Amino acid sequence: MLKKRIIACLLLKDGIVVQSIGFRRYLPVGRPEIAVEFLNQWGIDEIVLLDIDAFRQGRRIDLDIVRRVSKYCQVPLTVGGGLRTLDDLTDAIHSGADKVSLNTVVHTHPELVREGVEKFGSQCIIVSIDARRSKEGYEVMTNSGSYAVGIEPVALAQTVEALGAGEIFLNSVDRDGSRLGYDMEICEKVADAVDIPVIICGGVGNAEHLAEGLACENISAVAAANFFHFTEHSVNVAKAWIHAHGHDNIRLDTYADYRDSSFDGDYRVAKKADEELEQLLYEYHPKEVI
Amino acid sequence: MKKVVIVDYGMGNLQSVSNALGFLGCKALISNEAEVIDSADAYLLPGVGAFGPAIDNLRDLGLVEPLTFNVIERKKPFLGICLGMQLIAESSMELGYNKGLSWIEAQVVHMKCDHTERLPHVGWNNIAVEKRDPLFRSIEKEPHFYFDHSYQFLCDDGYVAARCSYGVEVVAAIQVGNIFATQFHPEKSQTAGLKLLRNYLNYIDTH
Repeated sequence: MLKKRIIACLLLKDGIVVQSIGFRRYLPVGRPEIAVEFLNQWGIDEIVLLDIDAFRQGRRIDLDIVRRVSKYCQVPLTVGGGLRTLDDLTDAIHSGADKVSLNTVVHTHPELVREGVEKFGSQCIIVSIDARRSKEGYEVMTNSGSYAVGIEPVALAQTVEALGAGEIFLNSVDRDGSRLGYDMEICEKVADAVDIPVIICGGVGNAEHLAEGLACENISAVAAANFFHFTEHSVNVAKAWIHAHGHDNIRLDTYADYRDSSFDGDYRVAKKADEELEQLLYEYHPKEVI
Repeated sequence: MKKVVIVDYGMGNLQSVSNALGFLGCKALISNEAEVIDSADAYLLPGVGAFGPAIDNLRDLGLVEPLTFNVIERKKPFLGICLGMQLIAESSMELGYNKGLSWIEAQVVHMKCDHTERLPHVGWNNIAVEKRDPLFRSIEKEPHFYFDHSYQFLCDDGYVAARCSYGVEVVAAIQVGNIFATQFHPEKSQTAGLKLLRNYLNYIDTH
């Protein structure tokens, strides 16, 4: 059975990973290859690497970073940021990306989606949509959430699906960095309107928020950015929490999967009983050599 | 050390495959030259892309004859990944009819046959292994692998090494003598994928 994916989104600004709050304020995290190495070890299902300044600054994501990051990435890597021609897509894929993410360029040059699909197949082309609540409902934002294009997210999702896009990455501008959970209303609307997989992002503050997204039948994957930073084992602990709370449709193959752990009210792993810890002291776990 | 070549036909995530092999300590050569292919001991044919341009590129680069000769006549080990698996079929219907390498009797067709699942089939799916040796040795019983495709491989049951289910039964891996191929991406499937690649490298060493 196909498992639902839990995806980490890494936002690059000036070559380093940052946390983003409302698309306006940023907190530095660190070097991208270190983030990728750890997320990979903690059992993330996929990584999305986005350069949030590239399009606005008229350049494309630094391919040298993509090359370095891909060395540590043993899960699928999606790359986005300032990719605007077929050559850009080709270069990104040759540098180690498995898929590419298109955002602003979809409005200025929608044909790129079709060209990309013809060359690399639809599974390779992801269209990223930044949605914001407006008076009438929702609107699509571009240029890193700074410019309203005047289209509905649902309409855009259907348009790019018709052009052949393989997946939709839907991000909520209002919820970005808010820790309030996904904006499920727009997520469900978009997921119901298309037949391609939809990844949702924006607002995750705890494991329960991820579980809420996973519970929606039409949503194929849940993503988070800020949530995975600054916490040891953030991925495997969140996955174990989700698994323990009734969602067994996720992948738990990590060396430390916390399958038998219990949790406290803050979504953290609870301390095991003293006798149990005593027992563990004498268990021998050889490191598996591949 | 055997000479392993990753066939470069201008498409696909060659870097990912090369990274994964590098992690296992194997320095594979990335090449699109017929002479290099002739002198290699084993091949990997990765693939991210559409079938038509891929087979055209292979033809234009003059790689079809040397590959076919070395894999079919000289029986050198071959591992096709995703599109690399589909390319060895007789034909594909992806964006119109295209002839493949025709190494084994198989067809590639769109997955949209009487089911309601979303396409592409993308994500981690567990597979049922039917032939454990040599590719799936020491890999757990129902491992998860990463899939990303919307066309599927149809072939004789005798060739199938593993299957998975996504609305329909999907051939996940095949094995015909020295020819191996996977519909999933072992280079992107963490531990299980690395183990599979290690098994392939071990197979190369003993052949």
